Parts: sequence; structure tokens; C-alpha cells
Amino acid sequence: MTKGVFGVMAEFDSPSALVNAARAVRSEGYRKFDAYSPFPIEELHEAMHLHKNKLPLIVLCGGITGGLTGYLLQYFVTVIYFPINVAGRPLHSWPSYIPITFELTILFAAISAVLGFLGLCGLPMPYHPVFNAPRFALASREQFFLCIESSDPMFDFEKTKGFLESLEPKEVCQVAH
Amino acid sequence: MPDEQEVLEDNTTRAVIAPGYTFGTVTDQIASVVLTKHQPMFWVACFGVAFSLLLLFLWAIVLLMAKGVGIWGIRTPVMWAFAITNFVWWIGIGHAGTLISAILLLLNQQWRNSINRFAEAMTLFAVACAGMFPLLHLGRPWLFYWLFPYFPTTIGVQPNFRSPLVWDVFAVSTYGTVSLLFWYVGLMPDLGTLRDRAKNRIGKMIYGVMSMGWRGSAKHWSIFETASLLLAGLATPLVLSVHTVVSFDFTIAILPGWHSTFFPPYFVAGAIYSGFAMVLVLAIPLRKVYHLEGLITRRHLDNSAKLMLATGEIVAYAYIMETFLAWYSGDVYEQAAFWHRMTGPYAITYWVLITCNIILPQALWSKRVRNNTPVLFIWSLIVLVGMWLERYIIIVSSLAQDFLPSSWSLFQATRWDWATFLGTIGLFTFLFFLFIRLLPMISIFEVRTLLPQAKVEEEVRG
Amino acid sequence: MSDLRKKLDLAAVRARLEGARGREYWRSLDDLASTEEFQDLLEREFPRQAIGWSEDENSVDGRRNFLKLMGASLALAGLTACTKQPVEHIMPYVRQPEELIPGKPLFFATATTLNGVASGVLAESHEGRPTKIEGNPEHPGTLGACDPFSQASVLQLYDPDRAQVLTYEGEVRSWAAFLAELRNIVVRQRLKNGAGIRILTETVTSPTLAAQLHAVQQALPAAKWHQWEPAGPHSARTSAMQAFGQPVHTRYNFLNANVVVSLDSDFLASGAGYLRYAREFSARRRVRTDQTTMNRLYAVEPMPTATGTKADHRLPLRAGDVEEFARALAAGVGATNGPQSGQNGDIYKWIGPISRDLLANKGASLVIAGECQPPIVHTLAHAMNAALGNVGKTVIYSDPVEAKPVDQVASLQDLVNDLDAGAVDVLLILGGNPVFTAPVELGMRDRIQKARLRIRLGLYEDETSEVCQWHLPEAHYLETWSDGRAYDGTITLMQPLIEPLYGGRSVLEIVTMMTDLPQTGAYETIRSYWASQHTGGDFEGWWRRAVHDGLVADTALPAKTVAVRGDALAPAAQAPQAGGSLEVVFRPDPTIYDGRFANNGWLQELPKPVSKLTWDNAAIIGPGTAHSLNVDTGDMLEVSYQGHSLRAPVWIQPGHVNGSVTMHLGYGRTRSGRAGDGMGFNPYGLRTAKALWHDTGLEVRKTSGSYLFATTQNEHALDTRRHIIRQGTLNEYLKNPESVHEGAEVPPRTLTLYPEFKYEGYAWGMAIDLNACTGCGACVVACQAENNIAVVGKDQVRRSRAMHWLRVDAYYSGDPDNPAIYNQPVPCQQCEDAPCELVCPVQATSHSSEGLNDMVYNRCVGTRYCSNNCPYKVRRFNFYLFSDYETPSLKLLHNPDVTVRSRGVMEKCTYCVQRINYAKIESEKENRKVREGEIQTACQATCPTEAIVFGNLNDPNSRASRMKAEKLNYALLADLNTRPRTTYLASLRNPNPEIEA
Repeated sequence: MTKGVFGVMAEFDSPSALVNAARAVRSEGYRKFDAYSPFPIEELHEAMHLHKNKLPLIVLCGGITGGLTGYLLQYFVTVIYFPINVAGRPLHSWPSYIPITFELTILFAAISAVLGFLGLCGLPMPYHPVFNAPRFALASREQFFLCIESSDPMFDFEKTKGFLESLEPKEVCQVAH
Repeated sequence: MPDEQEVLEDNTTRAVIAPGYTFGTVTDQIASVVLTKHQPMFWVACFGVAFSLLLLFLWAIVLLMAKGVGIWGIRTPVMWAFAITNFVWWIGIGHAGTLISAILLLLNQQWRNSINRFAEAMTLFAVACAGMFPLLHLGRPWLFYWLFPYFPTTIGVQPNFRSPLVWDVFAVSTYGTVSLLFWYVGLMPDLGTLRDRAKNRIGKMIYGVMSMGWRGSAKHWSIFETASLLLAGLATPLVLSVHTVVSFDFTIAILPGWHSTFFPPYFVAGAIYSGFAMVLVLAIPLRKVYHLEGLITRRHLDNSAKLMLATGEIVAYAYIMETFLAWYSGDVYEQAAFWHRMTGPYAITYWVLITCNIILPQALWSKRVRNNTPVLFIWSLIVLVGMWLERYIIIVSSLAQDFLPSSWSLFQATRWDWATFLGTIGLFTFLFFLFIRLLPMISIFEVRTLLPQAKVEEEVRG
Repeated sequence: MSDLRKKLDLAAVRARLEGARGREYWRSLDDLASTEEFQDLLEREFPRQAIGWSEDENSVDGRRNFLKLMGASLALAGLTACTKQPVEHIMPYVRQPEELIPGKPLFFATATTLNGVASGVLAESHEGRPTKIEGNPEHPGTLGACDPFSQASVLQLYDPDRAQVLTYEGEVRSWAAFLAELRNIVVRQRLKNGAGIRILTETVTSPTLAAQLHAVQQALPAAKWHQWEPAGPHSARTSAMQAFGQPVHTRYNFLNANVVVSLDSDFLASGAGYLRYAREFSARRRVRTDQTTMNRLYAVEPMPTATGTKADHRLPLRAGDVEEFARALAAGVGATNGPQSGQNGDIYKWIGPISRDLLANKGASLVIAGECQPPIVHTLAHAMNAALGNVGKTVIYSDPVEAKPVDQVASLQDLVNDLDAGAVDVLLILGGNPVFTAPVELGMRDRIQKARLRIRLGLYEDETSEVCQWHLPEAHYLETWSDGRAYDGTITLMQPLIEPLYGGRSVLEIVTMMTDLPQTGAYETIRSYWASQHTGGDFEGWWRRAVHDGLVADTALPAKTVAVRGDALAPAAQAPQAGGSLEVVFRPDPTIYDGRFANNGWLQELPKPVSKLTWDNAAIIGPGTAHSLNVDTGDMLEVSYQGHSLRAPVWIQPGHVNGSVTMHLGYGRTRSGRAGDGMGFNPYGLRTAKALWHDTGLEVRKTSGSYLFATTQNEHALDTRRHIIRQGTLNEYLKNPESVHEGAEVPPRTLTLYPEFKYEGYAWGMAIDLNACTGCGACVVACQAENNIAVVGKDQVRRSRAMHWLRVDAYYSGDPDNPAIYNQPVPCQQCEDAPCELVCPVQATSHSSEGLNDMVYNRCVGTRYCSNNCPYKVRRFNFYLFSDYETPSLKLLHNPDVTVRSRGVMEKCTYCVQRINYAKIESEKENRKVREGEIQTACQATCPTEAIVFGNLNDPNSRASRMKAEKLNYALLADLNTRPRTTYLASLRNPNPEIEA
């Protein structure tokens, strides 16, 4: 373990190179590494085994909560809190409750989707060590990066650096904390 | 960035994106619109006009609050006119944005990538304009919160959940919120790009904060994609429900010309119809001025035009069925309402609307019309006018002559009706041009995925 | 205001007034009035300036100003607070003890007069403020009903434009100054027996006033008393002299009349005693399961009137042709021997059937001549009634109701001659507005100025005051004591409810000033007069009774027998011109009468019967005339007659006879006040003494320009498929009572998915009998007065934003030249499944446990969705701040039991829920149910024909329930299944089988 080092980062020119590198790194046994690209790459997710996440579950819960809130709110108001004869309709006029129930389901689900997304990504996170990498700004333009983090048990600065260089990257650099 | 000629010569309408672009060039081209000091004359001019209209809008609002809705032409029995017409019209326009960003995403229509960003922005601003009217038409907007349930309410009375107007409150606010979230989430990677490319410090700061520290990590991308799909999945039923609920404002009422069961699909179709018209009205000048013909290609215009045509046909069908059913129902009031519509005091308006919405758009069957951008632009404007008139006719002509002839009276718009309407057009344009100036009008990261370079060549596994 | 505060402290004023009473009190007021600060105060006291202030001050100060102002004006009126009762003993009509209980209204019997004839009313007083007028059920002239003029008189009382100070050539003077001046005049005139004094009054029926005037004439034998009433019964008077050789008053009894022929008489909506006539007439028309007979009305008239709309056979004739019709009919019934046919087929086509019908009903028929018809028509009517043996049964002759019946045209002419002769030193114009209303050729404006001194007593500083040196503010009838005679001569007493707001005095007081009698107030004068008249003991008891009831029982003039002189029926010198040139027809306006109500917003905005026109008069012509002149409604005409001409906008009125132009008098005022000035045009400009009511020889020319009318109803065509008006004939009804509902469908109750709401206790409902409704519009004004409904003005009415909670729709069906006209009062229908409630997002309108469709004003956000979804369009929206929160005097007018609605709020008929609750509270205090008839809605209470009936539907015996049980009962737009609580009884006609083939 090296102090003050977050990890070692390799830069690639094309998505294919990145995907292959990611596959290689994983098969080498590294687990604590991450890839950075200017756009989502299906193959990369598969290469890094990133297919499962909890977001759908969160959204489902959000939706159910919303639906219940919607219906119960209306029921409570029209039947219990403020029962009054409106246009000769029964107090519990359930057909009229459907639109609002539906809308609230969607609203709650959507909000939980966004919050869930931010939560799972750990965003917002204004500072992150990878930003220290000199050329990392290009990750949002055209370059592809892969960073093996020092927290990985197999991490050894020299060996890891060497390994990454073996993947024919454009360049390899150290990422400070 | 490929030189002008190359793009212009590319006449194939199939291409989603012109050849010759790289990750770098698309990024630069789109970002440069934002990250530059001076703007084209076009932007300044439009922004100026929009701003003056916005001032007119504010003036109209001040007067409205000071004197009351009496400054409008509304009267017994035509208690709704411009305000609600504009409301429905704007909401409808919004729908195309959501359709492009959500439904086409689910359908995996790649061509959407380069137009969904500003289409979504359009949605947001259209909803903002639409939202104005339900508030303003109260004449005392500061009481709007009485439409929400809260405890304890003023004088202990609660909103009436049987009223379509309350449904509207929930539908529109949900629609606004979800659209905003969806749009913002989609914006985050590009905000990251802007952060990394901004020259001056303030720019870096602002975009940095807005991007929430997006760094394009693969883990994030995967969750991001799930989120987008989920949001799209939610937005799709939502967008259909919103205009359905809006149409309930009319169908729930017992008024002849309003009380009808097929308004929901008819309204949704109409909404998308006008929405795509607006998309084209915005896209055609933009791609010209900012030389985006390479990114917003003929293919996009063509597809939008086709969608316009398709929804237009649905609307036409709706008109015919509506009229047929009015006759077939044998209902005195219904028959009279439609007879008045077609031959009565509003006949001219009605036939203009038919021309704009049904007759002229048939020209879109011809490929030549669809490929002729100026013509397409004008046709889109025609459709927008037509759809506004449609709502106007539905609302005003039905109200003006309903059940008891003794109360019939015709609506005449005052200049403040017009000021308020033009005012929201000002507001919309104002917001839209601010957006163009400050945010990438095309989704950069999604365009990147369209590039051939984005393909991953699989190599044989060892 | 601040400088005023320094100059004059009102507390000090009150202090100075404290304890002062009667004349001493006035004196103290006068020397107060002479101080220069007070002039200053007066200047500011006019509400015009008052408004000026409160605009440039914040509302709080404005309010404080208002209090000061009221303080000021009432200090002037001798009150230390506006809730104080007059010092004389006036008698509350009901609810003893007399002490005022805050929040509980008191009712006082008094009376309104029109053309001198008194109609007994009950004035409702809240904490000393008269706020509402109801009919006096015990008064023979009204039987509890009330006309629009009386209803609107409270607004007149508080009218900020009323004359508020006594002025000499525009400068404020005190009453004492005037009294001194008048006494000098009288003293000087004594030397020549008052030869220089002329008194011009309106028609006088008041015995006391007559006595006073008599006293004046005794003291000053050469002084002359003239009377002028522009719309009075001139022809009837003349006819009486010609036919009977003596002044005779004619009154009718419609209860005994099976067949009525109206010769251009609008007896259902105008003229002396019409409230009673309408009640009696409709009583004979009410068809029920237990009453299947119905009278029959033939109406002959140029312009469709309320009476015309009720006619079973309406014959549009030029006013000038009515005489020929009358002669033919007279011959037909054998009253005279004349031709029964002539070249004008229209006139003669129905003579046969009608006369046969009349003859078949000898002694039970009635021929009634209109006040606007020439004397000969009246004489012919007398002859016919005599021939038909109706005298004593349906027609009653008596001594005149008027104190001094004179030919007023001659009387006025006489005055004019004296003026020209320069014989007039002093002209006292007590009431009336001769400069505006006198025949045009008399040139009253200039003529009057030939009198050296001109003294004017009037409610307003109007056209006449303009040419008079002295203007004396007149006391409103609610501010003073007076008396008068009803249509049948019944002695009617009027008591004040409030001290004069502006120190006004009545005609009586002015006349008394001219005598040497003690200068007491009106109270003493009246009381002492009746004391002198009273025979038998206990005057006090008699007096209290009379004041309490508002009338002296059994003082109707006894019937007398008179015979029509033969020579009176001599054929007219010149045969009535047939056809030929256009005919001009003058009529008093249905809502502002002869112009005296021109500044009354309620009456100006009250839609005129049939045409539904507001705020305007017009040159009204028939469709045929319009076609031949090639003009359309709104075109401008240049009309000239006898060298006088004016510009008037055209109004095409279906049912109006062709060849005539009807113009309603009273418009075109120049000094009526803020509401009336510049409205319409002034037909007095064409009206000559020769032709007070109609004449041929009118020239019209279409000119440039167009005119925008303000109406409350634009579409009158009746679409029978909508079953809005259900109607039939009596015979159809007798064959099959259900026949009126043919083709109309009512969805079965099983149609709804929802369980019904049960209404335990009371279930309020209303039934309106279309057969009885004459469309007179009294209910509309009553509703406006009761419910603090705002006046919106012509421009807003034009934008169809009138606020009336209750409207009377008029529908035409059939030939535009003579359509059948139906009236339909439409209040809120109080639907049980109310579409408006369903769509209100904030539940500002919802249902009460008694089935009322309640409106919660302070919850309404103003989406106006309810109005859109109301099929009856009875909801009214405050597009602007229509209610007057500014004008001080108008604040006193409001009914304290009803919210004054602010801007952006929807409002509508509530079945007078405040009255319902009042009655419920009373009944609960006495631990009983509300009694049938205990609650009367404002519209119901005022309706002359009892067409509107309100009651508890859970009580099967209530009148409303019983009416709803009738076969004729139907709900408006029943097919919508809104289940209205307000329903209608179909309208029936009783045509003459001979005429209706």
C-alpha cells in the first residue's frame, strides 16, 4: 500500500481498447478499479459485471407509496375530514380519485428514481481524486480512462503500473489523493 | 468539424449524423455555442424580441391583478376563452418533447439523440407557460394554493377531488416536475463536459456545481442508464395521462361540444401534433444558424414531419367522428352545437382551423415537401395556428351557444387577451434562448454514441 | 380633511345640537349653517368630493372620513347617530315591542305615490336604516305586492346625487333664510290677493295637502294652483267630463271578468292599481286540477307590453287605429250603431268573434281603455261596458281620487299664458320636472324664466332647478309624513323611517309656510288635519291604528251611478287617417317612467319587459317598417315631427305594429345625476300638447352612425325541441293534462349509479307559474334590493356581465309581426345533482342539508368553471369590483344580512337563504317547525300575480308541493337530469275557437 496514492490510471484512445483493458484487468483479479468514458458503453458494463443495481426496487417502493398517499389522502379528505354533499355524489366517489392517485404514483416514483440514482452513484461529489489526473479532463470529451485503486488488495504501485502498461495504453499515470 | 460543403452535399436523409465527425469535433461544436463570448445576430434579435414581449406580459399581469379578469373579453356565458385555450395549447406543445425523450428512448430510436435535449427544454418552457394560465385566469392568483389540500385549510374547506381542475393541478405539476428531473439527469454528463471545457473560473464553478461532480465512471453510467430507462418508462404513461386529464376539463362538463368520451386520445394526438410542429419550428432555424445540419439532419426533420402527419391524421379522424357522433347521437343540444360551430358566428374560425389542421398538412405526404425545409417550417407554423384555433373553437363556440338561447352571447377578445397570449410566447422564447446560450442544446454524450468510432470491435476471447 | 378638523369639530356641532328639538332645533342648526366653517363642511359633505378624498387617502382614512361625513350630514339632519328614530311616534307594523333590537328588522307601513296615487308598502328598517320595500298586504292597492318603482325607491333615498342643500342661485342658504323670504313674498302678495303667485304641483290626491293649498288660496284668492303630470291619465279625465259631464274615476274588478278586451291598456304592468288588477286577473287564469276555468284576454296595442304577452289574442294596431277598432267593437256589441267593417282588414277581422264573446259574457266582461288612448276611446269603452251590463260588476265608477281633477294640459297652458303676460311674480314648482317634461311647443325652459322669482322643491337639482333661483331639497317619502289616496280612494298614511338625510322638506311643509297656520312639522299638520276630520271619539286610538296599518280601513270611494251622454259618442270630426304617413307613439318608459327615476341604477339596469333593453330608449319599430325603411337595429334615424327633430337609434321589436314608431319618454336627461345623464334620447323634444301620446305625420330619415344597445338577452327565438317553454291551450289541457309535455323526456331516477341523498327536515323548493307571470320585472328589482346586487352600468351589460340573480327571459314564437311572447323567470334552479358543484375545485359551492345549492363567497377562487357547467347560466361573476364600497350614503342601503361580494367572486340566487335562516331561528326559539308561508323569498313577496311560490317540499301540503304535484309542472332542461328544485307550471292560453281555426 502506498500512501497518498489513490491509484494508477491508464488512458486509451478508443472504447474498444478500454473494454479490452477492463476485461484484462478483471481477469487479472483486480476488483477495485473503475473505467471512465465520455459516453456509456454497454460492453464495458458487461466486462465489469455492472448489470445489477437496486434502482428498480427503489422506484417500485416509491411508486407504491405515491399511489397509497394519493388514494388515502382523497379518501380521508372527502369521507372523514370534510364530508359534504357535492352534486349529489357519494362521499367516497372512487372513480374521481383515480387521476390523482395515478399522478402521485408517477411523481413519487420519478423522484425516488432520481434520488436513488444520485444515492447509488454517491453524487453529488464535487471532489474526487481521479480529477487530479492531468489529462482526466478529456474523459468528458474523447479519451477513455481506467483506474485501478490503491484500496485493491492486489494493488502494488509498480506491479500494477507495469501491468497497465502491458495493455498498450496511450499513457499511464499515478493518481494522487 | 467537417467543412460546410461536405455536410450540405450530403443529401441522404437516412443519416442520423453526417460523416466526418469525431468525439472531439461533436463536443467542440456543440459546446462552442455555449462557451463563447459573442452570439450570432440571430440570437440577439430573437432574444430582444422575446424580452420585449415578456415585458408586455408582465404589464398585462399587473393590470390583471389590479383590476380583475374583467379586462379580458370573457363574459357570461363564455367564462373561459383565451386563458384556457392557451393553457391547453402550451401543454400540448410540451408533449412532443417528452415523447421524443421518453417514448423514442424506449423504442430505442437512435435518431432522437440529437434532438431530444432541446425538445425536452421546449417541454419544460411550454409547461411553464401553460402553468401561468390556470393561475392568471383566477384573476386573484395569490389564492391558487386553495386548490391544494393542506391542513388546516382556509375556512376549513378542502379542495374538491371530483373536480377536473384539481386533477389538472396534480397532473400538470407532476408533469412539470418529472420533465425537469428527467431533463436534468440527462444533462449531468454534458454539464461535466462543460465544466471540463469552460475557460473562465465562474463558468467552471457553476457547471461544476451543476454537474454534481460527474466523472463518467462506468459504474455511474450503468446506473445512469437504468435511471433514464425507468424515468422514460414513467414519463411515457405520464405524458399520455396529462393531456387526458386536461381533456377531462371539458369531457366531465355537461356542455354540448365538451361532453364527449373520445376527447382523451383525440387531445393526446393533437398535443403531439402541435408538439412536433413546434419542434420543427425551433429546429429548422437553429440548425441553420448554428450550422448543425450535420447533427440535426434531414432525417430528423423528415421523421418529425412524418410523425406530424400521422398524428394529424388521427386528429382529422377525431374531427370527423366528433361531428358524426354529434349527428348520430340525436341529441338536440349536441347537434345544435356543431351546427353553430360550422355555420354560426364562429364558422370562419372553424373552417380556417379545418384548413390548417386537416387540409394543408396533407401536403406532408409528399417527400418533396418534407425535404424542403422552408416549406416545412411554414407548414409547422400553420399547424401550430390550427391547433390553437382548435382549442379556441372547442372552448368558445361551445360556451357561447349552449342550452338556453336566452343567455347566449359571443366572445370578443380584448387587447389584453392578446397581450397575455403573446406575452407567454415571449416568455417561452426568452427561456428557450437563454437555454441555448447557457446549456448544450444537443445532448453531446448521446451524439457521441452515434459516431461509428463508438462501436466496440469485439476481439476473440483467449 | 385635516384643515376641516381644525375648523370644525363635529363633536362640538353635536354638542351645540344636543337637546335641541323641533323648531328651536332647526334654529340652532341654522345659525350653525350660517357660520363659514359649516359652509366649508358642506362643500366637503357632498359624496362627490368624498369619493375624491378617499381615493388619495388610504382606505382606513377613507373610512374615517366616511364616518365624519355621515356625522356631518346627519348632524345636518339633526341626528347624533344614523340609527336614531324620529322623535314623533311612528308605528312599527309588526313585532312589538317597538324598541329596536339590533339585528332584528322592523317593518313600518307607509306608501309610495306615482301620479299622486298611493300604493301602500311596508318599509323594512335595519337599525333605523330603511333597506327594503315590501307590499302592504292590507292595502287594497297592492295586496302585498310591490312594483319596481317602489322597490327601487330605497336606492333613490340614498342616491348620492340627491339635492343635499338649500341654495339660492347656487349659494347655500338656511331654511330660515328661505322662510323669511317666502313670508315677505306672501306679505307683499297679500296686497294684491296673491295675484302674482303661481303654484305648480304634480297630481295631488293628499287630502291634507289639498286642504293646505285650499287654505293658501283662501288667504290669497288670486293665487293660482296648477298641476302637471306628463304621464298622467289625461284622457280618462277628459273622457269623464265628456261622457258623464263630471269628473268620474273608473276602477275595475277583474275577478268578475271572464272576457277582457284591452284597448291599448297595459293594466297588468302600469297605471293606477295595476298591482291589484294583475293579482285579480291572474287569479282567474290559474289553471289547476281543482280550477279548470280561465278568463280570456284580447289585447289591441301598437307595442308589445306585459299585458300583450298574456293576451290570448293580441292584435297589433297603430295607436291611432285603436279608435276605429273601438268604434267597430262598440257597434258590434250594440253600444253604438256604426260600421262594423272598413277598408283596413286588420282592424275588423276579429270584431265579430270578439263582440260575440263579449255579448255571451254580459255582466262578466270588461272593456278597458288604455291611459294613452284619446278620450273618445275611453268614452266608447264606457259605452260598451254600459251596454254589456258590466257597470257595478267589473267596472266601478266613483268620485275622483284626485283632490282637484283638472285638465292638466289646459292648466299648464294657462300658466304659460300668465307667464307670457308677465303676471307671475313668484312661481313655486313643488315637485315634478316641468322644464323637462312639458310639451315641447310650450318652451318651458324659457317661459319659466319670465316669472320674477322661481322657487323649486325637488329631490334632485335637475333641469328645472337650473332655471330657478331657489332650490329646496325635497324630503324623500321615507323621510317625511304625508298622506294620499289609493287607486280606489282608500286613505293611505305615510310615515317617515328616518330623519331627512339632507334636511329636506315635503311639499306639505312648503305650502304650510305660505299659510298663517303654525309652522309645525309635517307630522303635526297631518295629524291635526285628520283630527279635524275625525268623527267619533278616541282619535288617538284611531290614529295609531291608521298609522300602524298605513291606511284608514273602508275609506274606498263609494260606487256611483253615471250614464254616458249620447252626444259624447258622436263620430270624430275627421275620420282617423288610415295608414298613410308614419305614426309616432309616446309611452312612459317601463322602468324609469317619465324620467323621474332616470338616476336610479336599479331601474336603469332593469331589463324592459319583452325587449330586455337596459339603460336606453329607442325608436322602436316593427319588422315590416324596418324592412320598408331598410334599417336595422342600431342604425341611427333622424326623426322629425311638427318641425321638431332629433336623432334616435332604431330598435326592431317583433310584435310591434308596422307603420308606427314607439318612443319611451324619460331618457335624454341632462341633469339627472351620474347614472341618468346622457342616457338615451329625449322624445319630449317631439311631444306636443296636441298629441301627448300619438299622432301621424312623423318623418324619418336614416342617418350615418350606429348605436350599441345593452340588452340582457340577445336570442329570443324559441327552439321547441328544447322544451324550454312548455305551453298549450286550455282545451288541449282539458283533453289531456299531459299534452303540454309532449316530446319532452325526463330520465328515470334509475339512470344514475349513485345512491340518492336523503333530505330530512326541510327540503326547500320553488314553483313558478308561467301562466301567471307577466314579465313585469318587479321580482328582479326586489332580488337586487334584498341581496345587495351590484349595478354594473351600460358598458358591462353590453358585455353581458349584468349581475341580476334572477332574470326574466322572453321568448318569441311564430310570425315576427305578431309572435306569441312567453316570459320565464329564471332564478338558480337549485339542482339536486348540481353540475356546478361537481366542477368547483375548491368546494366553494356545495349542497346544504336542506337541498340548497350554497355558494361560499369567501372560498371562491374564481375559476368560473361552475358557470360554464351551469346549463341555466344563472351564475354571476364579479369581473371587476362591481360593489360600491366607496360612496358613503350607499353603505346605508345594504342589507346587513347579505354579504357584499367583492371582485373575482361568483355569486348566485340562494333562495334568500338569509330569510330562511331568520325564520328557522325564530321557529327554533319557539320550538316549532317553520310554518308554511312564513318564508317568502324577495321575488315571491313582491310578485303581483303570485307566480312565484317557495316552500318546503317535505310538507306535501305546502303550496309549492301542491303546485309541483300539478300535471302542468315541469323542470327546465329536465333531460339533463340535474333534478332542479325550481320547477315551472306550463303556460296555457285560452283562445277563442272562432278565431283560432
